[in-house]
Amino acid sequence: MSGSHDTEHHISAYKKVAGALAVLTVVTVLASYVEVGVALGIVLALIIASAKGSLVASVFMHLKDEKSLWLTGTLVLTVVFWFVLMLIPIMGRMDNIGTYKPLPNANAVPYVPH
Amino acid sequence: MEIPYTVAERPDTGVNNVKLGIWLFLASEVMLFGGLFSTYVILRLGGTDWPLGSDILSVPIGTFNTAVLIGSSVTMVMAHASLKLNQFDQFKKYMGLTVVLALVFLAVKSYEYYDKLSHGDLPSATTFLAIYWTMTALHGLHIIGGVVVNGYFWGPGSKMFHTKPEMFANRVEAAGLYWHFVDLVWIFLFPVLYLL
Repeated sequence: MSGSHDTEHHISAYKKVAGALAVLTVVTVLASYVEVGVALGIVLALIIASAKGSLVASVFMHLKDEKSLWLTGTLVLTVVFWFVLMLIPIMGRMDNIGTYKPLPNANAVPYVPH
Repeated sequence: MEIPYTVAERPDTGVNNVKLGIWLFLASEVMLFGGLFSTYVILRLGGTDWPLGSDILSVPIGTFNTAVLIGSSVTMVMAHASLKLNQFDQFKKYMGLTVVLALVFLAVKSYEYYDKLSHGDLPSATTFLAIYWTMTALHGLHIIGGVVVNGYFWGPGSKMFHTKPEMFANRVEAAGLYWHFVDLVWIFLFPVLYLL
């Protein structure tokens, strides 16, 4: 168990993070009213959300003090598979199974769709 | 039989089993919500038309609920810190506040649901509403789960503090990790559904 000095140090960090999260929540809402287009709007909102998420994970969830390789390994794997999940929509749009694609063969019989 | 490594670090993993266990559970939760976020992207990219969240949902209400949930995360870390400082009364106060704030969140969410239902905005109405209901309801179930666990540690479960204070502090820390995760999910759900 950590000493009371460590805990007091933690409490001051919690207060700072609480303030930062409140400010960032207001910033997210205000940013959504700025006319920057859909794509940039999404990127901005996700950047702010990621900043808030990182603060919660590192300070409230004590990840910045965790030294265990097992915990780090679990988290690294989680992040890797999170990215795999996020890649699924992109892969779905990239594949062209079921889409007619002419091959560069001059002698080929022209494709006639039904 | 005493369950091993509830307080002491396990030499091979470098953490106690409580913490490793809750993190493995949270990793599976990341996959659960990640799958739904991925679904949201597929539906949004595949749709010919997608509404602006703020045209359908109330941004002030969503912002209020975001503040409530962040507030409950703050009281949760303070509850755990109070145990570390041996201040049981402070723990009771902060844990009680955490549960009350979670109930406020649920009450506001229920009002939003009631408003949607009374306008016929059921999940079957549009693709946006389908993913909105699915994601917020799954998140809401997590809030209810948190209320049950935190309520137990505030009430009958807190007796353990007088017999095994370190074990109790670790239990509260694990409940806190879960609670911050639920807050973290909302931090992403709010802009994705209400603002974009």
